Amino acid sequence: MSEVIGIGAAPRRKEDLRFLTGRGNYVADIKRPGMVAAVFVRSPHAHARIKSVDAGAALAMPGVMAIFNGEDLKAAGVGGLPCGWGITGKDGAMKEQPHPALAQGKVRYVGDAVAVVIAETVEQARDAADAVAVDYEVLTPIINLADAIKPGAPLVFDDVPGYLCCDWELGDKAATEAAFAEPAHIARINLVNNRLVGNPMEPRAAIAEYNPATGHYTLWSTSQFPHVVRLLMGIFVLGIPQQKLRVVAPDVGGGFGVKQFHYAEEAVVTWAAAKVGRPVKWVCDRAEGFVSDAHGRDHVTEAALALDEHGKFLGLRVETIANLGGYISTFGPNIPTNLYGPLLAGVYTTPAIYCEVKVVFTNTVPVDAYRGAGRPEATFVLERLVDIAATQIGLDKAEIRRRNMIAKEAYPYQTPVMVQYDSGDPKGCLERSLEIADWAGFPARKAASAKSGKLRGIGLSTYVEACGLAPSRIAGRLGARGGLYESATVRVHPTGQITVLIGTHNHGQGHETTFAQIVCEKLGVPFENIDIVYGDTDKVQFGMGTYGSRSLVVGGAALAKASDKVVAKGKKIAAHLLEASDQDITFETGVFSVAGTDRSKTFAEIALAAYVPHDYPLEVLEPGLEEQAYYDPVNFTFPGGAHIAEVEIDPETCIVKLVNYTAVDDVGTVINPMIVEGQLHGGIVQGIGQALFENCVYDSGSGQLLSGSFMDYCMPRADNLPKMTIETHSTPCAHTPMGVKGCGEVGTIGSPAAVMNAVVDALAHLGVSHVDMPATANRIWRAMQSGSLPQAAE
Amino acid sequence: MNISFTLNGKAVALDVEPFLLLSDLLRERLGLTGTHVGCDTSQCGACVVHVGDESVKSCTLLAVAVDGASVTTIEGLSEPGGALHPMQQAFHQNHGLQCGFCTPGMVMSAIDFARRHPAPTEADARHWLEGNICRCTGYQNIVASVLAGTAAIHAAEQGR
Repeated sequence: MSEVIGIGAAPRRKEDLRFLTGRGNYVADIKRPGMVAAVFVRSPHAHARIKSVDAGAALAMPGVMAIFNGEDLKAAGVGGLPCGWGITGKDGAMKEQPHPALAQGKVRYVGDAVAVVIAETVEQARDAADAVAVDYEVLTPIINLADAIKPGAPLVFDDVPGYLCCDWELGDKAATEAAFAEPAHIARINLVNNRLVGNPMEPRAAIAEYNPATGHYTLWSTSQFPHVVRLLMGIFVLGIPQQKLRVVAPDVGGGFGVKQFHYAEEAVVTWAAAKVGRPVKWVCDRAEGFVSDAHGRDHVTEAALALDEHGKFLGLRVETIANLGGYISTFGPNIPTNLYGPLLAGVYTTPAIYCEVKVVFTNTVPVDAYRGAGRPEATFVLERLVDIAATQIGLDKAEIRRRNMIAKEAYPYQTPVMVQYDSGDPKGCLERSLEIADWAGFPARKAASAKSGKLRGIGLSTYVEACGLAPSRIAGRLGARGGLYESATVRVHPTGQITVLIGTHNHGQGHETTFAQIVCEKLGVPFENIDIVYGDTDKVQFGMGTYGSRSLVVGGAALAKASDKVVAKGKKIAAHLLEASDQDITFETGVFSVAGTDRSKTFAEIALAAYVPHDYPLEVLEPGLEEQAYYDPVNFTFPGGAHIAEVEIDPETCIVKLVNYTAVDDVGTVINPMIVEGQLHGGIVQGIGQALFENCVYDSGSGQLLSGSFMDYCMPRADNLPKMTIETHSTPCAHTPMGVKGCGEVGTIGSPAAVMNAVVDALAHLGVSHVDMPATANRIWRAMQSGSLPQAAE
Repeated sequence: MNISFTLNGKAVALDVEPFLLLSDLLRERLGLTGTHVGCDTSQCGACVVHVGDESVKSCTLLAVAVDGASVTTIEGLSEPGGALHPMQQAFHQNHGLQCGFCTPGMVMSAIDFARRHPAPTEADARHWLEGNICRCTGYQNIVASVLAGTAAIHAAEQGR
């Protein structure tokens, strides 16, 4: 028996070899016999009526097979893209508007797909797409959030009076008002949470194929949740029976939320494949991705924190306008509401919280979940406010947090904003982060920087995250239109080797390794004998995919449960073979034994007996050794932690340099510390990207995307970053089987506030109390000139 | 236009359109899909291959430009089933990859870095990687991989 590589070990990843040798299998790598190319004709206008689409000249061009537009889809009975999560506001259900796969009547953002060209080659399709003549009546677009709520703003949807998809609220308004009646202090902030483009390195792509002999469709898509695409597209858009639709998400090059939606292109190529009778391939280029991948964040917020004379938080009031874009994307409305408001308590004991969110339509790309999704926005509001309060009162920024933190002993802790935290140790994370970052030694470092003419600042952020999406019961009450459980099958082969079929999707997270470790721990089989299969609806039972830091928390739990079922059945087989009662069978490190004897059978022997049942009690035990389990969590999990950033600003160039970064995170039980650390690194840098570099900018007059390439949209590079120091400080989750909490998004949640608090700290002596993200040299210069930027006004 | 060049050690001769990019030639005509295309502005570096010893972005080079040259792609670094190149091994050992999409370009770029830097610092590696974007790793483990791989390459050279 080889060594068990189980929970807590750090084996190198199983998935590495194919990627390192260039033998990954991404959608764009796939070729099907007879395959043709699809290219989309996209709107150059942010808001316009489509008067006509003339494809005549384009259709006559070489290689062109077909051109379809929104009216063709409508005539064929193709449905709109469904929303998977409806929300309810003060005045009832959100105003749900149709989201056609190709625009019908109007275009609502630059990049809105108007038509698709199918041609023999991609070059021919591109040429023909340029020749499709669309006659637009250009309308005034609504781009800025502040403009969107003004009376008389142009209507994105003619039948939605005003701009408002939903006017949402959470918390006790009266109690919060009372807290603000006569507090000793009120800290206030107006801020912008900048719009981001997720930009996984692999652009989206889709290939569809139709077999007229069987009526079967296959779609290969860069998706984080192929089963959900099959469900949504099959039922609502194309009317394809589930058993005749296979969706495959092979190797996927990063997701970060961007690939967890059902996109128009998936439906259009699938429908078109049957129409033209050839496999159809669409590969997004980066420029097209910028105007068609769902964007993230984009809030304008006004918030206030009431405190008593000791710096104790009394009440928090938050008013946010959140951009939904030109259509409702799959989970769009849920992000700035259910994933935002409930996180506003943070790790503090604030007794009264009230949050209002106006979710508005604008003529921009639809906005949906991007790594963190709602939770970084909440953390940013709260942690910036806490810093402002500390400065106002004259308290140390660590001390004000200490005074308000939920004590470890106080868990489970019910917040005033719906959620109940099961476990955590915010003070433990805070103190350890202060120690690692040498918080006490900062003044000396600041003085040293000052000697070389630099302005140094240090910033702290704590955070909590609701993840492990999601308990179906709670999610359903909040408007989720599906369950959010996960499934796993453990298929033991006659040799004792194992194939796991799981409904989550691995696109960088290392599931093939982490999940194998769980099976290894549970069943004691060699690590190399376990393969993890995912991403193919014809192979894997229904599952919900990967998002919301759920794969290990929900999928891993299903896998643990299925593994336990294998052991239970194995014990019955062993009992028969060893002529004992199954109650007397013990199982340890891959060996079934009769307790108190030397009689035993190995896991492989039991597996063989299960499949070669020559001497088998068939009347009481079925052959085979394969178990399936579904797991639906009882609550969200609540990872949390404390992050500390240290920056140096050169007053000559106004460039912010991040010089130190420390993170102490409570992600619950750690299965593979190497992979967890990698997830934290990546998450933190995405948050640093938001704070210092990334900004999705629209021209407010024309609605043109100004930051539409990697030359304009600044992705973090290796030389922008310091070496980070990461530690975990884990309290096990009280309700997940292994105590895991999830780690995919935590880095992105804690980091923007830590970095911006450091930036403001560096400029505090100039009277600066806030700088909006990203802290570009231009913004720093202006803050230094004016003491503080005109907030939320750009 | 007729071109001939050496690709991963083997002679190749073919007729290509004058506008064909090297990345498209490799991926679409020669089936070497390890070379990835992650942008359209020569920023991301997922398409880096070697022409001679030098790392180049194959999305920015016309196929005709490699006539007579020797081109190495990620597929040419090690034999299928054979030992990994020390740089590939370093990425594996240091968890220098997550989704794998930027990885071929990173590895090819890193090998050229090793060739040019006998005793690099962390800052050297970070500066060199400016032309390769990764969205998953935060670069920390890539930098560690590049330094470890560089050390391994030089140690092997000295051992010869």
